[in-house]
Amino acid sequence: MANKIHIPTPLRPFTDKQDAVEVNGATVGELLTDLTTRHSGLRKHLYTDDGRLRNFVNVYLNDEDIRYLQREQTPVKAGDTLSIVPSVAGGAPTAVDTAPALSAEEIKRYSRHLILPEIGMEGQRKLKASSVLCIGAGGLGSPAAMYLAAAGIGRIGIVDFDVVDFSNLQRQLLHGTPDVGRSKLASAKDKINALNPHVQVDTYEVALSSENALDLFAPYDVILDGTDNFPTRYLVNDACVLSGKPNAYGSIFRFEGQASVFATKGGPCYRCLYPEPPPPGLVPSCAEGGVLGVLPGIIGVIQATEAMKVILGIGEPLVGRFLIYDALNMKFRELRLRRDPECPVCGDNPTVTKLIDYEQFCGMRPEPAVAPIAGGGGTDWEITVQELKKKLDAGETPFILDVREPNEYQINRIAGSVLIPLGELPRRYQELPKDREIVSQCKMGGRSAKAMDFLKSVGFTNVKNLKGGILEWVDKIDPSQPKY
Amino acid sequence: MALHLEDGVDESIRKHGVETYPNECCGALYGRDGVVSATFALPNTTEEGPRRRFLVRPQDYREAEARAGALGAELLGFYHSHPDHPARPSQYDLDHAWPFFSYIIVSVRAGVPEDMTSWRLLEDRSAFDQEDLTHG
Repeated sequence: MANKIHIPTPLRPFTDKQDAVEVNGATVGELLTDLTTRHSGLRKHLYTDDGRLRNFVNVYLNDEDIRYLQREQTPVKAGDTLSIVPSVAGGAPTAVDTAPALSAEEIKRYSRHLILPEIGMEGQRKLKASSVLCIGAGGLGSPAAMYLAAAGIGRIGIVDFDVVDFSNLQRQLLHGTPDVGRSKLASAKDKINALNPHVQVDTYEVALSSENALDLFAPYDVILDGTDNFPTRYLVNDACVLSGKPNAYGSIFRFEGQASVFATKGGPCYRCLYPEPPPPGLVPSCAEGGVLGVLPGIIGVIQATEAMKVILGIGEPLVGRFLIYDALNMKFRELRLRRDPECPVCGDNPTVTKLIDYEQFCGMRPEPAVAPIAGGGGTDWEITVQELKKKLDAGETPFILDVREPNEYQINRIAGSVLIPLGELPRRYQELPKDREIVSQCKMGGRSAKAMDFLKSVGFTNVKNLKGGILEWVDKIDPSQPKY
Repeated sequence: MALHLEDGVDESIRKHGVETYPNECCGALYGRDGVVSATFALPNTTEEGPRRRFLVRPQDYREAEARAGALGAELLGFYHSHPDHPARPSQYDLDHAWPFFSYIIVSVRAGVPEDMTSWRLLEDRSAFDQEDLTHG
């Protein structure tokens, strides 16, 4: 039984100029073997050295690509025709072409990647030639940077200006107990170097700002947003859109996490989802609201996964999809996202064409312009811990309203304070005295400022916010109490 | 080895490279016996980023080959542009090259076409051999 194989122009010199050859076999693979036996010059152009069909060689059985049949095992019957059809590909040199080859040690290290057809040698070299900038070396940045380093990303940048604190250790695995008090960058660099010395770690001990963001982003392929506040989140988003860098986004709060990939070409950005930030204080930070320690492990690793997929160009990235993870119920949900043509940054007629003042955009309270008064730096709506202490020592009896949650109140408190969590205030504010000065207090001053605003809106006039909250109180006045 | 470009061929390749800049262009070369008499622009269907890659899909290749018959000519090879890169083949070009085809590369810098070169794969696939380009 003979079948016909159509030969494309560039291979005809090997088949005595014939555009079709008769061959025998029961499967596509057998027909090709018969072909290359008769015309041995074809073999190295059709097959790689390890005997696999080259990826730019397409074989069609009648009109069907054998990749969608049973590949070389596809059975053939009499009258079937095989065609070899080239994909013609090429292009300018990329970073991969100029990337150094992998050393023997690296080949061993990445062997579990190299045997994945989706990655292989070419993909691993792509990873080595690539770079990711992590904004923050905290909860999300820790697992993301560690896995990216282990996976062989060539260059990892980290922007952070914090110092390792005991309260970080419950989730920020880049840092260990002996690192408390060290800069997070120093500890991150040590950890990553120990994991994989082939990774170049660039550290930037600065606060990301509108002035430095574009310069910091420029040398990197992907930006990984591990920030914990809205001004920086909008700044990262806008800088990614303006510089055309994909943003592997993640955020966490209590038991819930979110992830997506923003600012890819044609894909949505964070502003398409949230054009405006929430009012300040409405969404508490992790420091105020708490966070499950393992949660950033999940979300940060999702971000790292997406960064790698974007670099490798494999799979379906989280573009146009907003993933929401609920750890308590162990459920993933997905929202569809579209680029908003009206988006002020990535829309058709953008109004934001350079980086703006993100503190102001997010309605953060501007620094008071008035000169600080002697003894502490309070304003008419703020009271410092020193001023409060002085009042108490002088026998005054301000009503100290603690608006934190009961579990926080169990950790530390100002003696004599009364607990009404912020969420309960709207139905319990009648419990407060109208004729006494009220000092509103929380952990750091964010929620209590909101409580103060609320109380003023319902007629209380003599309300002040305790600057720096209980943390400042413990630091400056009562170090015997624990902090969290 | 030499490849001769008839009048208008050089210009049409350069023009295509300018039109698609900053992306890569690609197209087919037709003629006979080392003389290119016609070109045909093809869609760049790469999904890896057209600034650095081009891809002619199998169905477009089939049409390109069928067109040779209609023109009474042979498919001699393909051209593509290297936006803001020299007109020299990359490792990727080498990895994906077919034997006997001529591969013309035109460098387009900041939207302006510059050098044009032509290359052929060595039979052992180890490298490209540059072939002379003549005009007119």
